[in-house]
Amino acid sequence: MTLSARGLEAGFAHHSVVREVTVDIAPGQCWAVLGNNGSGKTTLLHTLAGIRAPRAGTVTLEERALRELDAAERARRIGLLLQEEPLEFWGSVLEYVGLGRYPHRRARPAPALEDERIAREQLHLVELTAFAGRPLASLSGGERQRARLALVLTQQPVYYLLDEPLQHLDLRHQARLLAHFAKLAAGGAAVVIVLHDPVLARRHCDHALLVFDRGAPLSGAREAVLTAANLERLYGIPVTL
Amino acid sequence: MHSRCALLVVFAALGACSLVMGLLAGSVSVPVAQVWSALFGGTTGPVHDIIFAVRLPRVLSAFACGGLLALAGALLQVLLRNPLADPYVLGISGGAGLGLLGASALGFGYAASQAAGLAGALVAVFAVFGLSFRGGEWNLYRLLLTGVVFSSGCGALISLLLTLAPETAVKGMLFWLLGDLSAAGSSNWAWLSLGILACLATLFSGVLNVLSLGRDKAASLGVAVLKSEIGIYVAACAATVTSVGLAGTIGFVGLIVPHVLRLLGVTDYRWLIPCAVLLGGAFLTAADTAARTLWAPLQIPVGVVTALLGVPLVLVLLARRP
Repeated sequence: MTLSARGLEAGFAHHSVVREVTVDIAPGQCWAVLGNNGSGKTTLLHTLAGIRAPRAGTVTLEERALRELDAAERARRIGLLLQEEPLEFWGSVLEYVGLGRYPHRRARPAPALEDERIAREQLHLVELTAFAGRPLASLSGGERQRARLALVLTQQPVYYLLDEPLQHLDLRHQARLLAHFAKLAAGGAAVVIVLHDPVLARRHCDHALLVFDRGAPLSGAREAVLTAANLERLYGIPVTL
Repeated sequence: MHSRCALLVVFAALGACSLVMGLLAGSVSVPVAQVWSALFGGTTGPVHDIIFAVRLPRVLSAFACGGLLALAGALLQVLLRNPLADPYVLGISGGAGLGLLGASALGFGYAASQAAGLAGALVAVFAVFGLSFRGGEWNLYRLLLTGVVFSSGCGALISLLLTLAPETAVKGMLFWLLGDLSAAGSSNWAWLSLGILACLATLFSGVLNVLSLGRDKAASLGVAVLKSEIGIYVAACAATVTSVGLAGTIGFVGLIVPHVLRLLGVTDYRWLIPCAVLLGGAFLTAADTAARTLWAPLQIPVGVVTALLGVPLVLVLLARRP
């Protein structure tokens, strides 16, 4: 019952950015992914989510190769928060967040009201209820980030792959969202968060994956991986914890 | 939900009104009762001929063209993620115009020129697709730029043809380039393709919604992105080619109808697609009726009327928007 990578090499048509990733992400765990800019965290996340084919190695979801899975079934299990999204969406915040139900709607005829209830629940959670009817384009950067998080939450996957979920958020919403994802993990979800703050990683996550610019990544339980020595090697600056 | 239902009903009523108006208006005034009996009463005579040989084919062509153009515009705005996309942005009108005007400049007859126009449109569809598709990857910016460059190349050659063509032929060419329904033949094919494409687009409108989030997000939500994009491209091209074959390049409808709907608050493609087909059809039918009656007996190209009616309408809607 894991999302697993074995000897995974991820990258683009002509070059790899991450190599030798072997990791098992199990429900109940919260993983922090740390690494320098351009080290391949985003590419790795996209490959784990199945929207980018691995250059080598395998990704399996609960013992089945990710690529053999039906796309909608995969989307019901794995939710991906992108670091960047194009800005052209003409609809309202509620319509936007409601699109998270798309993979579920394909599986069964639409009980639209139930879908809307779930979307509104997540909007309430990210404190955007008052914005439900407004055009998404009218939101501020942080509000938009909360709407994007609400979309992933509305998707209700088992595996949450979150690429820099805290960007643009004020301190209050950073704390609330990290707490919420910790709660989801405690309730049986698997959460993978790309972070740039080892302190937050140590506080909220129980596992960590360090993506080095060169060489194989390091993964494992928080205490073993998030050491001052490893972080100094990762960032190339002195670190005291 | 209810307001969008109401809008759909309003647009259906508008469409019906535009068809009736189109049947009633013309150089010979025919009262409603006579139109009715000619349509359904089985009476023969001059009124019957005017309705069946002249007005009915024309309003049906106009409605089908308008629906197809609005549909193609909405689809291409999703595909290219560009609000300025219209049915002609990918070079179809350029290819068709070059084929048709080239053939007629070389002295071919009407039917052969029409066939050359269709061939030119299809060459454009495949050339632009082929040039933008590389190694199983599709770059949409390359698609857009290829289309725009292809269009302007065709545009230059069309201008050259216009300067070289004998003066008597230029007027007909200009009518075609501005869009003109007076020569439109049977619209059976156009209605068939409008029906099929509108149903397909409505059926897959959920995919259109998700695709408007961007490629990666759509893929992460379980959409087969490349397949869907190719499907949208084919559908939009089929709609445009059908419309161009029937009435030349009528501008403005495909660009503006989807935006009018968005300004009215219809952004969900499950509603936007059927509304666009109805509004596009109604708009072009009304514009064509105006084009052939306002300055009668002079007929003006319908493309001019769509712009004259559409520009102020859209400017007002844009100005009202907070």
